[in-house]
Order: sequence, then structure tokens, then C-alpha cells
Amino acid sequence: MGAAGEMTGGRSHAAAPAAIELRGISKAFGPVQANRNIKLNVPKGTIHGIIGENGAGKSTLMSILYGFYRPDAGEILINGQPIAITDSQTAIRAGIGMVFQHFKLVQNFTVLENVILGAEDGALLRPSLAKARKVLKQLAQEYQLNVDPDERIEELSVGHQQRVEILKALYRRADILILDEPTGVLTPAEADHLFRILEGLRDEGKTIILITHKLREIMDITDNVSVMRRGEMVASVKTAETDPEELAELMVGRKVLLNVEKAPASPTQPVLQVEGLRMIDDDGVERLRGIDLQIRAGEILGLAGVSGNGQTQLLEILGGYPPKGSKVEGRVTMNGAPLPLSGSGCDAAARRRAGMGHIPEDRQVEGLIMDFAAWENVAFGWQDAPEFNRGWVMDNAAIREDAAAKMERFDVRPRNPNLAARNFSGGNQQKIVVAREIERNPDLLLIGQPTRGVDIGAIEFIHKRIIELRDAGKAILLVSVELDEILALSDRVAVMFDGRIMGERDPASTTTGELGLLMAGVTDTKNTPDDQGIPPEHAHVEGLPQEPR
Amino acid sequence: MDKMPKWADVILTPLISLVLAMAISALVILAIGESPWEAMKTMVQGALGSSYGWGFTLYYATNFIFTGLAVMVAYHASLFNIGGEGQAAMGGLGVALALLYIPLPHWALALPVAMIGAAILGAAWAFIPAILQAKRGSHIVITTIMFNFIAAAALNYVLVRLLRPVGSMDPASARFPESTNLPTLSDAFARFGFEWGRNTPANVTFFVALIACLLIWLLIWRTRLGYEIRALGKSEPGAVYAGINPVRITVIAMLISGGLAGLMAINNVMGEAERLVLNAVEGAGFIGIAVALMGRNHPFGVLLAALLFGFLYQGGGELALWTSIPRELIIVIQALVILFTGALDNMVRMPLERLFLRLRRKEAAE
Ligand SMILES: Nc1ncnc2c1ncn2[C@@H]1O[C@H](COP(=O)(O)OP(=O)(O)OP(=O)(O)O)[C@@H](O)[C@H]1O
Ligand SMILES: [Mg+2]
Repeated sequence: MGAAGEMTGGRSHAAAPAAIELRGISKAFGPVQANRNIKLNVPKGTIHGIIGENGAGKSTLMSILYGFYRPDAGEILINGQPIAITDSQTAIRAGIGMVFQHFKLVQNFTVLENVILGAEDGALLRPSLAKARKVLKQLAQEYQLNVDPDERIEELSVGHQQRVEILKALYRRADILILDEPTGVLTPAEADHLFRILEGLRDEGKTIILITHKLREIMDITDNVSVMRRGEMVASVKTAETDPEELAELMVGRKVLLNVEKAPASPTQPVLQVEGLRMIDDDGVERLRGIDLQIRAGEILGLAGVSGNGQTQLLEILGGYPPKGSKVEGRVTMNGAPLPLSGSGCDAAARRRAGMGHIPEDRQVEGLIMDFAAWENVAFGWQDAPEFNRGWVMDNAAIREDAAAKMERFDVRPRNPNLAARNFSGGNQQKIVVAREIERNPDLLLIGQPTRGVDIGAIEFIHKRIIELRDAGKAILLVSVELDEILALSDRVAVMFDGRIMGERDPASTTTGELGLLMAGVTDTKNTPDDQGIPPEHAHVEGLPQEPR
Repeated sequence: MDKMPKWADVILTPLISLVLAMAISALVILAIGESPWEAMKTMVQGALGSSYGWGFTLYYATNFIFTGLAVMVAYHASLFNIGGEGQAAMGGLGVALALLYIPLPHWALALPVAMIGAAILGAAWAFIPAILQAKRGSHIVITTIMFNFIAAAALNYVLVRLLRPVGSMDPASARFPESTNLPTLSDAFARFGFEWGRNTPANVTFFVALIACLLIWLLIWRTRLGYEIRALGKSEPGAVYAGINPVRITVIAMLISGGLAGLMAINNVMGEAERLVLNAVEGAGFIGIAVALMGRNHPFGVLLAALLFGFLYQGGGELALWTSIPRELIIVIQALVILFTGALDNMVRMPLERLFLRLRRKEAAE
């Protein structure tokens, strides 16, 4: 294994200067040393993976490269030239483009407006918009990154918003593209599309840095990979010369179980019953077209599907807050009692009182108040709970104590309840939300994308806790675009497409190919018994996930 | 990790802004051929140099505490209430109705009754913009401005047509009964044998304002309602996920805000004028915006900023009285302070943050 900074990439020429070279970069946030003496060498024309646990300092390092933070010490060289990256404008001029882990989109702008934002050609918008529209169309065709340019960001699903971020960077014609966990919410097929884009870009001589928690992606697409642990760069290796087990161990510092172990479920009485659930949104579009579901105590129902097929709306309705201006019909009962689907009595607080917990899909917009301290967020949603209140005032001491204990049990780092949620790394933010909801021991837990952006060590932990909750006789609805996750955790798998449940399968006996067909809206899966039967071109066009390699 | 220590954020930044504003004011005074030093002396002398000056400074500060708190509470729900002016005017009507039509034998009894009247009418005046915002999305900035004008016109009508005593030429209500007149601070001091601030309007409402600061601090940072207000102010989708009803919280926050603005009338209408006159608020509602801004939306900051603006008000009045600096210039000075501490806040803050970062780096390097 080569030491950091000494290796050259698979296809670079030894003489050419590295596209990116970092020398001794350090960055501290108060007592937290986020980056310590980082060396990194990314040869031109390669795809370079960076992995590391939550809070290892990956995003911080990339923010330094993109001019969001100034390093406390160290040097940055782009194409062999030392450069002081003081702000993102400098970075963009130096040919660096960035797709952030947490989107930086203006919610009430259209896709097109977001793409040109900051890259307008002149004072008048019309020519820029027209040009961008053309470029977008081209990009959409070339890379199959389809988004309606006139849709507002707030109307888009998380998956589609991600596409806009990628389009934004591509539109700025960056030479060096940094992607911070770009595949977090993409389906395997969408991720595959992205990777083909990235490979195409690399073959044009562009340099790509890819941060991900998914070792499979690292193995699939990168030329080299660097591992960070607790702020330091602990290894840089050629991808071809390593394997996932070794990488996992380098990251976490111990052996990691890459697959969860679970006993068969022993479900009992039904907890959640959904019958004929329909929803028409404020644009008059029918988003849910008659959903029937049943979840029993002691089982996990996995809901698979490409994002944007109604899963978000389903979670919101069940969670007690149907989208504004929507019309909801149908019948939902929990523990035998009907749940109101509109009007008074239909709110998230009432659902919680009825014994429901909810890990929302988007932790930054819903699950946490980013400006609140971690301890305040531990009471978020449960601010009515008797143990958090003493008459008129909130019992802040009790909340702090509870927060400290939860952060301890879920290994949230840094273990500082006074730090604002904003200042935790993505994975640690998620752990705060998961700790809060799981430890309430709800009868029914709604989960949206539980491990988005979470490192493999923490995934192992969160998965274990979800299964423990199931074994304690609780009902769990798991929505995830990670097919692997669905298959690993669920006792039954339902597939959602275009507001309908396409079918239900037993995770033990189904294949990803079969689920993929259901996800693409094909109900007749009898004739395609396994993955081998699907021609590869077909797989890409229809949005089929690939079998893990 | 914060970019700079808290004390630098809440004390140093406004202080530097203040010094900058004063420096520019000095230049302006110099430019019209007066001595900035003399002007400064007159202001400090006039506002803080005697118990007489303090008596006025505290009186003005009391007004600004209420309107500042009003802006602050709404701000935490991310509502920009610039209707303090109208709400305070309606609060005055509440005070007048309570004191004129309910027989109250003693000020200690009249005070709570008048407070209820002031708070109810102030809150009612904020209620309609709040409902329009919460249910219809009509922007609160626009509606509260409009309500300022409506309040002024309505009050005009009420005073001229309804409350004006028969035969009076003055568009003002009758005097409130003697028994309801609030003791001034000077009366209070006199009871203990001290001579302090004779013939100044500062009255016991100042203590009510101090208690209000404390209560609002409790409300925002210690109660569940405060938690919900702050959560909604930071993220509406988050609030909805957490089971917080945005309509309810928006309305409640605005009711509290309007009520606080209305309470100002205890000071100026009940405590000072002892009858309701036209345009009694005199811009204090707008000053409240600057006070909340400068006070970093914290009750303690509001208190300090209100004292500062009280000083500027009183000192400015003295300036007009004793020097040939025109009254308009005092408004310029006040405007400069608002400009620097409010709008140009980042101009001071950013370099300061950079300075602290550099200092810290040096420390770390050693
Ligand atoms: N603005 C900030 N203020 C204080 N601490 C911060 C700030 N930004 C990051 N940190 C801390 O620095 C450390 C590194 O965070 P960073 O976001 O770089 O991690 P990461 O490797 O990207 O993790 P993840 O995989 O969870 O995204 C964490 O401990 C985090 O809490
Ligand atoms: Mg990160």
C-alpha cells in the first residue's frame, strides 16, 4: 500500500503534474480537528475515491478545495500551480466544479434559473436562459439526466434535485469535478447512469473526485482511493489492488459486518392498515392512486421504488402532514383506530401521541432544525413529552441529559450537545434523528432513507437498531431507494410505481431483476425469472438496477 | 464553532458600529460649522448629566423597550412586524377606553386594567395581518404597514368624533381620572426622601418594561411555546414535521408582538399624557425595529439598545434646544446609528470575524 501522495493513477502519464495536489492541509473548528496534515495527489484524468467514516473530514476537505473554508495550514496545487483558493469564484475559475452532499438550490426557482444562477452571461436573463435551455437539453440527451427545466425545485423529489446539482456543475464546464456523496438518493440504475457520465468525462481528460460511503461504487468506478479517519488521510491505494473488506477495515479501524444478520420475523396483529389511499396534489395531479398496505407488529415492510413515485407523499400523509392543498381519500387505521387524513386531528403531534415515530426522508429540511443545538433537536417533535416539560417551562436540564445519553449510545461525534446541528457531519446528523425516533420505542416507525450519507460502521449500527425494534414487536415501514438496504432489512417488499403498489415479494426469493421490473412499472414478471434474461441496453433505459457486482 | 467569541458578537460589534456612526455624525456637524465636541457634551449632559435628563431618557427608553420586544418576538417566528406604530396607537385607545369608562379608585388597580386594554387592542390590531399571513400568505410587512395607516385614520376619527369632550377644540380625549395617574419615578423617589428627576415623565412603567424583558426571555428560551416559535421561524417544513401548527404559532406570535407594542401606551398615554392625543406614538414603533436589530433579538440586548435610543432622543432634543444645530440633524444622527447598527452590520462584523480568525490562528500556531 503506497503512502498518501506518492501514488500515480492508473492512466496518468508520470510526467504530467497532478490535477490536484494537497500538501499538509489542516483545518480545525474550535476543538475539533477536522483535517490534520492532509496529503493528497490526484492525477489528471482519473477518478479518485475518498472514503471515511462520518465526521472523518471529507466534506471539510472538499470545502477547502472549493473555497468555502480557508485551511489553517497547507498548500493547494492545481495542475502543478500553487493557488490560493479564497472563495468559490476562484475555485470555479480554476476549473473546479462541485456537487454538494446537501444541495445548494434555490427552492422557489426553476431548474433553469438554478442552473444559470451565478453563471449568467449578462445583465439580461433571457439570452442566458435560452442558452442554458439548449445546453440542458443536450446534457439530458447525452447523459439521460432528464429534468423538466421549468419545474420549480420545491416541486422536485430529492432524486431529481440531485440531478439539477449535477447539471449545474456540468453546465459550468468544470475540469475537475468533485462529487460529495452524489449517489445517496439515486437508484442503482440512476447511479449507473451517473457513473457512465463520469467515465465519459474522465475519458475526455477530466478529473473527478468522488466521495461515497458505498464501497461497491468505489470498486466499480474509481482508479485510486484514499481513506480518511478522524481527520487524517490514512491510506491511498490503487483500487485494483484492494478489496471492500480491506477498505472497510481501514475506514473504521475494525472488522465490519457488511451484511446484517436477522432472525425470521414473527409478526402478530396488524398495526397499520391502509385501504384505498388516494391523493391529488394542489396541481390536480393524482400522486397516490389507491394504496393498500398492511404492516403487522414485529415486521418490517420495505417499500422499494424509484424516488418520485409517491413514497414521499405516502410518508407525509401517514406522518400526519399531507402536502399543502392536497386532497386525500381512503382509510388508514393504526392499532384499530382510524387516523384522520385531513382537518383537525390530522397533525404530526397527534400521530406521535398515537404511538408513531418518523424518521423523515430529508433530515436537514424536516428532521432537524439546523440552527438549533443538538440537545434542542433531541426534543424536536417530542417537545410535548411530559419528561421534557415542567409545567410552563421546558425542562432543559432533562433534555440536555437525554441528549447526552442518546449521543453516547448512538456514538454521535463530536459528543457535544451544544453544537448546532448544522455543524455536525451529515451522517452524525442522521444519527441524531435516528436516535431520537427509535429510542421513543414507537408502535409504528416510518422510516425514509435511514442511511442516506451514513458510513458503513453506522449503517451496521442503525440497521441493528431497526431490527431490534422489530424484534421488540414493533411495526416498521421502511422506504428506501437503496435496493440492497430494502432486501437486507425487510420481511416483505412492496414496490411502488406511479402512485401504486405494483406488487409484493418475499425478499428471500425475489431477485433485484424482478424488483427492477416492478419499479419500472412492469407487473408481469413471470417471464423474466432472473437478471440474466434482461439485455443490458434495456436495463439502462428502463431504469433497472444492476445486480451488485 | 462560532467564528468569534460571544462577547465580541453581542457587544463589540454594535459598539464599533456606534463609534462609526458617531464619527460620521461628527463630520456632518463639523461640516455645518459647529463643534462636534460641544454637541457631544450637550447631548451627554442633557441626557445623562442630571436626574432631569435621566428622567426623560428612561421615559423614551421605556417606549422603545416595548416596541423593540414586539419586533423581536415576531422576528423569532421569522415574521417582520413593522406595524408596531399602529399597534401602539391602538394600545393607546385601549388604555383610554379602560380608564375613561371603568371607574378605578387607585392607580395600582388601574394599571393592570389599562394594561389589559392596551394589550388587547394592540394584539387585535396585529391579529388581522397575522391571520392574513397564516391563512392566505399575504405578506406581513405589507399588511402591517397598511394597518399603521388604518390605525392613524381610525384614531383620528375616534378622537374627533367620539372621544373629544363636548366643546373642546382639541382632537384629544378627556383627561383620565386623577386616581388613575401613575406615579412618576420622581414621585417614587420622593417617597423615600430623595430628590430625583422632578417634572420628568419617567414613571413606574419602566419597571413593567423590565419585567416584560425578563418574561419575554423566559417565553422565548424556556417555554414550549418559545421553542415552537423559534422552530417555526427557522424552518416551516421542519415545524410541520414536528407537529407544530404554523397557523396557530404565527397568530400567537403576532398576538404577543402586537400586545407588547400596545403595552407601550401604558407609558406614553397613561403615564405621561394622561389622556389620549393624536399621534401619541411619535415613531416609537419604527424605532423598535432598530432596537430589536441592534439588540440582536435578545431581550437584554433590546434593553441596552432601548437605553441608547432613549439617550439619542433626549440628547438630540437638548441639542436642538441649546445649540444652533437644527432639529433635522438629530434625525440624521439617529438615522446613522440605525444605518450602522442595523443595515450595515455586516460591514463591521465581517472584518471583525476575520480579525478573530487570524488571532486564533496565531494562537494555535504558537
Ligand atoms: N462549521 C463547522 N463548525 C464546527 N464543526 C464542524 C463544522 N463543519 C464540520 N465540523 C466538524 O468537523 C468534522 C468533519 O466534518 P465533515 O463534514 O468534513 O465530515 P465528513 O467526513 O464529510 O462526514 P460525513 O460522511 O458524515 O458527511 C466533524 O466532526 C464535524 O462535526
Ligand atoms: Mg460529508
